[in-house]
Amino acid sequence: MVISVENLAKSYRLGQIGAGTFREAIARGWHRMRGRDPEEWLGTLDSDVEGSRDYASFRRAQERSGAWRETKETSRSSIRHTENGYLWALRDVSFNVEQGEILGVIGKNGAGKSTLLKILTRITEPTQGRAVLRGRTASLLEVGTGFHPDLTGRENVYLNGTILGMTRREITSRFDAIIDFSGIEPFIDTPVKRYSSGMYVRLAFAVAAHLEPEILLVDEVLAVGDIAFQRKCIGKMSDISSEGRTVLFVSHNLASIVAMCSRCLVVDEGRIAYDGDPDEAVRRYLGLNESVAGDIRWDEGAPCPETDAVRLRRVRVYQDGEALPSGAVDRMRETYIEIEYEAKRGGDHLMPAIWLKEHTGTPVLCSANVPGFNLIQDAWYDRAYEKGIYRSVCTIPACFLNARGYLVTAIIGDTNGMAHIHEEDLLSFVANDLGDSGRPRGASDVLGVIWPKLSWRTEAAAGNDDSCGGVV
Amino acid sequence: MTTESTVEHVIEPNRKWLTIPWREIVAYRDLLLFLIRRDFVAQFKQTVLGPLWFLLQPLLMTLVYTVVFSRVARIPTDELPPVLFYMCGTVAWQYFAKCFGGTATTFVSQAHLFGKVYFPRLIVPLAIVISAVFAFVLQLLMFLGFVAYFELFTGAASAIQFRPAIAWLPLVIVQMALCGMGAGLWMSALTAKYRDFAHMLALMAQIWMYLTPVIYPLSAVPDGLVWVSLMNPVTSIVEWFRYAFLGAGTVSVAHMGTSIAVTLVMFLTGVLAFNRTERTFVDTV
Repeated sequence: MVISVENLAKSYRLGQIGAGTFREAIARGWHRMRGRDPEEWLGTLDSDVEGSRDYASFRRAQERSGAWRETKETSRSSIRHTENGYLWALRDVSFNVEQGEILGVIGKNGAGKSTLLKILTRITEPTQGRAVLRGRTASLLEVGTGFHPDLTGRENVYLNGTILGMTRREITSRFDAIIDFSGIEPFIDTPVKRYSSGMYVRLAFAVAAHLEPEILLVDEVLAVGDIAFQRKCIGKMSDISSEGRTVLFVSHNLASIVAMCSRCLVVDEGRIAYDGDPDEAVRRYLGLNESVAGDIRWDEGAPCPETDAVRLRRVRVYQDGEALPSGAVDRMRETYIEIEYEAKRGGDHLMPAIWLKEHTGTPVLCSANVPGFNLIQDAWYDRAYEKGIYRSVCTIPACFLNARGYLVTAIIGDTNGMAHIHEEDLLSFVANDLGDSGRPRGASDVLGVIWPKLSWRTEAAAGNDDSCGGVV
Repeated sequence: MTTESTVEHVIEPNRKWLTIPWREIVAYRDLLLFLIRRDFVAQFKQTVLGPLWFLLQPLLMTLVYTVVFSRVARIPTDELPPVLFYMCGTVAWQYFAKCFGGTATTFVSQAHLFGKVYFPRLIVPLAIVISAVFAFVLQLLMFLGFVAYFELFTGAASAIQFRPAIAWLPLVIVQMALCGMGAGLWMSALTAKYRDFAHMLALMAQIWMYLTPVIYPLSAVPDGLVWVSLMNPVTSIVEWFRYAFLGAGTVSVAHMGTSIAVTLVMFLTGVLAFNRTERTFVDTV
């Protein structure tokens, strides 16, 4: 076990406590001496407290100054894990990592991923719990840490390298490889302050890429640089893991997580919500967001997506016949995506459409009832809708979807090009493969966002002879 | 290929703060070297005079002191030529001041670095203290040049003489470094939490200088207040410099003993405060 984490927890104090002025610290000490709970005075302004004889008048003073409202609002979304002015950024986090694993960590903003990384990289201390890292560790939370603008690129490579934990000898031996990777050889002896931001980032990442630690902890730093460079970076990360090193990778880029990681953690509000297969982790993560599975409807009077022209009532994904117990769709059957909407006024030439994306956000297709997109003819295309309720159904052919999770975006526009309704990633559904699709044995996962049946035909070329051992 | 790695990092709350992480500092010695180089070199990139600035400052200060305090205010200088008296005091004081001032805002000024990567934080103050030695040595050489001039070309030769105590110079430098670093570590721990202290820093340094016999000799302090002056560890250091290089200074083994004791206390408690702050300052700075 190369990384073992047991019951890690981290709490932060809310408000200005501890980080204010000395005067406030003395005020706190004074209040504590008088027997009052110092946490009461969260975010206090001294001038408001003066003259407050008791908690009630103190509260009134705070409300007047707006300080109370502020603290309440910031903690509304995390009210579940806030206690007495403390925020539990991490709670009861435990997991183990074996050598050679690439562990991905995903979660909403504010879930605690960066806090976990900060603790594992020893930048801050946990409040409770314990973690052990066995092996040389290097962390990459930012590229270009410690770069000094007045020093040249060469000098900064050494400075940055030693900050990240390499020794001078190691840097010298890898220097050529670093410069080569960065691609900025002609500029290596000019001061870094004259570099463009792209050059800066390339050099910084080149140094970090050659760290060669046993354990590498990476925060989302790959979101920099142009496409060619990003591809190089991802390639380098995969190399690192294939060399037997362990990587812990925090990212929002779900596609790269699924592509690179052998295992994935989902962090939600300070706890580990899931630990296992990256694909499933991404599905869970998206499920934790607002997408509702399968069927979403808005009742009369309830707030719903609408404009002056049209109101969305229901969007659902279904199939004929027996529904699968898990609520998934069978990819071998036709899948219907239905949008039910109300035209609030007459005269609009409404146009329903959908976007289909794979669960990592990769776009799959876009479709509408427009002639170029429509296999059949829709009677209501380019026709003035009268007031009333309508349903549009899009049929996705059988044997088309892959065994994946998908996201549906519902759109209602009109033939003039205006988009009345655009609900992104409104619904999610999962397509399953029930096993008798004739897939070649041994294939565990079919590549691609769709899995259409295409026609293949093989025939022997004329003039073949059996002793053929070379190219004709 | 599995190797039994001997490196193991245990992360848990309430790390011991009584220790100096020697092993880690040695492991990061290359970083120490590069930080020293960076501190030293970055000051002079794109300047014309370069390292000459190191010499200009004490020179100008000495001139000002000589004119203002010796000619105008007529403060005694222990029978020594005023230029030498003030230059000696200034050069010694400057090193301490640089150690103190440079390390006093460590957490706040390096917050962006500390928040992104781990390395033993004590390395930053160490680098500052060590890189300041080079400037000190240059200034000391300039001072010796002036001493030589006075010895050879003026009649004051009889008033100034080297004392054998000069042999202690390296240790005294170390003591100054520990003293400056100790006070600086304390300040950085305090400024990390309470910003008031950052504003007070310049004031504190100035007041400290006046409490030290830099522009006046210890012999001029009224008897009843001498013990106050001795509480200041830098007092005996500055007097020692004047004694060792110029022959006249009020310093004794007891004085130095007190100074060393106070220095050690300040340094050790400073390291404690620093280590304690280091653990979680990223959350509050």
